[in-house]
Amino acid sequence: MNSFVEIFEQHSWEEQKTSIYAKTNKDVEQALNSEKRGIEEFKALISPAAYSYLEDMAALSHQLTQKRFGKTIQMYAPMYLSNECQNICTYCGFSLDNKVRRRTLTNDEILREVEVIKAMGYDHILLVTGEANQTVGLNYFKNVLSLIRPHFSHISMEVQPLNQEDYEDLISLGLNTVLVYQETYHKEDYKKHHPKGKKSNFNYRLETPDRLGRARVHKIGLGALFGLEDWRTDSLFTALHLGYLERKYWKTKYSISFPRLRPFSGGLEPKVEMTDRDLVQLICAYRLFNEEVELSISTRETENFRNNIIKLGITSMSAGSKTNPGGYAIEPQSLEQFEISDERTPKEIEAMIQAQGYEAVWKDWDRVL
Amino acid sequence: MKKLQIADKSFESRLFTGTGKFSSAGQMEEALTVSGSELVTVALKRVDANDQKDDILSHLKAPQFNLLPNTSGVRTAKEAVFAAQLAREALETNWLKLEIHPDPKYLLPDPIESLKAAEELTKLGFLVLPYIHADPVLCKRMEEVGAAAVMPLGSPIGSNKGLKTLDFLQIIIEQSNVPVVVDAGIGSPSDAAKAMEIGADAVLVNTAIAVSSDPVNMAKAFKLAVEAGRMAFEAKLAQPINHAQASSPFTSFLNE
Repeated sequence: MNSFVEIFEQHSWEEQKTSIYAKTNKDVEQALNSEKRGIEEFKALISPAAYSYLEDMAALSHQLTQKRFGKTIQMYAPMYLSNECQNICTYCGFSLDNKVRRRTLTNDEILREVEVIKAMGYDHILLVTGEANQTVGLNYFKNVLSLIRPHFSHISMEVQPLNQEDYEDLISLGLNTVLVYQETYHKEDYKKHHPKGKKSNFNYRLETPDRLGRARVHKIGLGALFGLEDWRTDSLFTALHLGYLERKYWKTKYSISFPRLRPFSGGLEPKVEMTDRDLVQLICAYRLFNEEVELSISTRETENFRNNIIKLGITSMSAGSKTNPGGYAIEPQSLEQFEISDERTPKEIEAMIQAQGYEAVWKDWDRVL
Repeated sequence: MKKLQIADKSFESRLFTGTGKFSSAGQMEEALTVSGSELVTVALKRVDANDQKDDILSHLKAPQFNLLPNTSGVRTAKEAVFAAQLAREALETNWLKLEIHPDPKYLLPDPIESLKAAEELTKLGFLVLPYIHADPVLCKRMEEVGAAAVMPLGSPIGSNKGLKTLDFLQIIIEQSNVPVVVDAGIGSPSDAAKAMEIGADAVLVNTAIAVSSDPVNMAKAFKLAVEAGRMAFEAKLAQPINHAQASSPFTSFLNE
């Protein structure tokens, strides 16, 4: 099998959706009681039928997460390098047709941002850009990695999909992790939300984790953007994707994120709402399905939600995030990709984590690895 | 009880411990102190040895804690050798827990890369304690390239499943000329006691202590279990007898 596209094409969205919604209480109980849970069990756990079993799911998820990850939460900070973008994405503040001022950080500006982020205590960083290959392409990334490598133990990236050779180049310069969310696995709907730009090529994006696996990246982050389509069906496809990748690229680690659509200036209202209860169900379902996958939650979520999710399966968190280029030191409060919900500082988040009997982990990798 | 000797060091305690998964470094220190452990493994990736205030290292300053740096995170022999050299420099010890697990899901050790790395590291003057499968042949090969001890797994790391590899551990213990430390998978004090009863020289426990709802008391329970198991081993366990010895149908004619 050359890529996930082959598996994807064997699964029709409508059939999968129907089969999730057809799951019964009995299916959920069977899933809860099994030792090893596969894709059918995952479907049962994300189904509406599992709603009344949420407390049982949460208790199991809590226990399994502690066994694997201990009483710890890893901390990371996003650093937005550029909001230039040639894509139209109907839900994103960086979209080409959104009239905001564009900015790409220079070396000097990046180092000023780094200084502030380091002072907050961070050692793991996530670099974020839009997609503007002329100005923010491979050479820009290579330069940034060389510039910041001495300052961080772990570097992740959430940028446009690249080809395998480019990833290999960046990995050799110290890139550890790449996040690439499919946004939605509903192919027709994907086209509607991405009408223009390189991103409109659904399959190229879908095959990105395969290219990353072949480039031997340490960690790949997957996810869907919730609010575009039915979250259950999108999550099922994400789980299929994860299962395929784990078997094929067995030396790579995986993480899942759960971005829910957030408001931005001139933005789209979610088509399908995902409630807090839904998100808790999904987080627990992932943990019961896969005991080893890392689960990450960002400042898109509210204080109250983030406080309560610590014990339920999450393994990493950002805090004090700025979602605009230069947001930490250069140009606070402007040009954002989305509005964040939880504005507490990293120190406040650390105290919240500690108060729950957990440790905030700032360093869990090393640049020699 | 007999002291445990590994290379030039002797240990009163046969309980080795880890430093991951605790809710705070303070709680880790408290639990490890109660455990009586004298050899504590630390992941190079989790600490910043250049930082005097590093949270984990500053809680392991007590003299009884000998540090055993580990190479968790490396995927090849080459990476392991590189990481080991940094660990030696940073933590000022030539002791090394060699861990090479290219599979980040079950963290199972790569036997081929581990053997290569053990050979090279021994030549470079390291005292190598390799984390490996409970593979008796591999253990002999490790011994031949100079490993200071072998650390076969009881079951997948962090699984708390106990001694799933019992039969192989017994062969390893029977054949080994270096200390055998059962590492990984020990979920309860009774697992640790069992490992000691069959003659393991020591056990390494982390998850079962750190993730317990009361790590300090759990550390103490492990300490007692390891002592009990060792004591039983030294006192020679009675063999289980499955039948009453009432008659001897095969040989009673000899007495007639």
